[in-house]
Amino acid sequence: MEHTSTHFHEQLDQLAERILRLGGLAEEAIGKSVRALVDRDPELARQVIAGDEAIDQLELEIDSMCIELLARNQPLAGDLRFITTAMKITPDLERIADHAVNIGERVLELIEEPPLRVLVDLPQMALSAQAMVRGALDAFVRRDAAAAWRVIRMDDELDRRMEQAFRVLLSHMMQDPRTIARALRTTFVAKYFERIGDQATNICEQIVYMAEARVIKHRMVADAPDGAP
Amino acid sequence: MPGQTAAESPLGAVALPFEPTPGDDPALTPHLPQAIFETHGLHLWYGASQALFDIGLRIAPHRITAFIGPSGCGKSTLLRCFNRLNDLIDDVRVEGRILLDGADLHDGSVDVNVLRSRVGMVFQKSNPFPKSIYDNVAYGPRIHGTRDRATLDERVERSLRGAALWDEVKDRLHQSALGLSGGQQQRLCIARAIAVEPEVILLDEPCSALDPIATAKIEELMLELKQRYTLVIVTHNMQQASRVSDYTAFLYLGRLVEYQETEKLFIHPLKKQTEAYITGRFG
Repeated sequence: MEHTSTHFHEQLDQLAERILRLGGLAEEAIGKSVRALVDRDPELARQVIAGDEAIDQLELEIDSMCIELLARNQPLAGDLRFITTAMKITPDLERIADHAVNIGERVLELIEEPPLRVLVDLPQMALSAQAMVRGALDAFVRRDAAAAWRVIRMDDELDRRMEQAFRVLLSHMMQDPRTIARALRTTFVAKYFERIGDQATNICEQIVYMAEARVIKHRMVADAPDGAP
Repeated sequence: MPGQTAAESPLGAVALPFEPTPGDDPALTPHLPQAIFETHGLHLWYGASQALFDIGLRIAPHRITAFIGPSGCGKSTLLRCFNRLNDLIDDVRVEGRILLDGADLHDGSVDVNVLRSRVGMVFQKSNPFPKSIYDNVAYGPRIHGTRDRATLDERVERSLRGAALWDEVKDRLHQSALGLSGGQQQRLCIARAIAVEPEVILLDEPCSALDPIATAKIEELMLELKQRYTLVIVTHNMQQASRVSDYTAFLYLGRLVEYQETEKLFIHPLKKQTEAYITGRFG
């Protein structure tokens, strides 16, 4: 089959590559932020905060690429859905990185105080959040709706862990009001991970649209079609 | 007659609203309010070379239907089937059925002149007669027997207004049509087509020789004309098809590959060949 718009399709590949890079930076920021939390490492927390500027720049670059691709090529069908999806998931990826920055800021505050001795599995939440972001990027690259559905289903686990963390931290605060400041900051951190899961879910809803032109936003996951994993 | 529904056809046939049945290929059967034209198993040969293969589609009245596809795919040939313009080409052979309001265009009882007054045509290159603007538009009504000056005046004005050209030419109706711009000439051809009050207007790449502003005027005009006429357009401009048409048919190598509501075809085509063509992955 003869390829008639080679230049355009090369640009689409470049767009995908930049989105992957943005997603990779966001995922890396999550990893660093949780390591800074566990190791009480202010240097690592500051690295996460400082790294946000490059991520913001990349978001702006992707925005202008998308607008230019639309203006110059008037894409249709799969190409149109790909570019509009890129425009919609880029802010989610950037927001994920912002949450990592927020975690880094909380880490800098938390290490000013003694560690909180509670059983909240933040590293596990971080792993789930990272896995969702990685799964979303993978589904995006492969334009794979089934893979996107699998990521969407992972969100329940993060939500459950968030509720658990809230209960544990609340009872801790009630038992020992001197820990309220630390426990609240820790609750925020858990909430940031839970929000990252929501953002990855939004991304995956867009990917289902990109792959199948089917809108699944504002629906229950239980509405998944037969055969959706 | 303009505005006439299929149910009032002078041929007495009744076209029912068309809904796909479960066995139909969803890529070939858009939901239509009604069908004014239907083709069944339509094949066409130019001499020994076959140009159309087994085309089955329905055209909705008072809608714009676009035929798209690469050069040589048969889209213009298919368009010309609807007013039997292919009859003018030597060595053409047609098999299958083409129904207008349920009546077969090839069954011998159809008067081709009547057919062509019901189904008008506008071509790629505007082709005004070397006559005045007025005489171009009055030409059709005159050969259909209208002689009364006041009736002709009224018909010319109504047609020129209908083609969104009246305000630009009303003070020079008796000057040569060849002095008009390309876009004006094309709108004059549309006025000439609607002067005989057809039901259908076929347009074969009507904007391919026009600049973007003249093109935009023709597209605006098409959207107005569909209130009164059925329009079928062949275009190689996919943006044009996506802007103006309600239904789009994609043809490739003489076969109907996909026929859908326009927004479906351009956002989520069902066939890989359609996707490849409209995203520029083959040509």
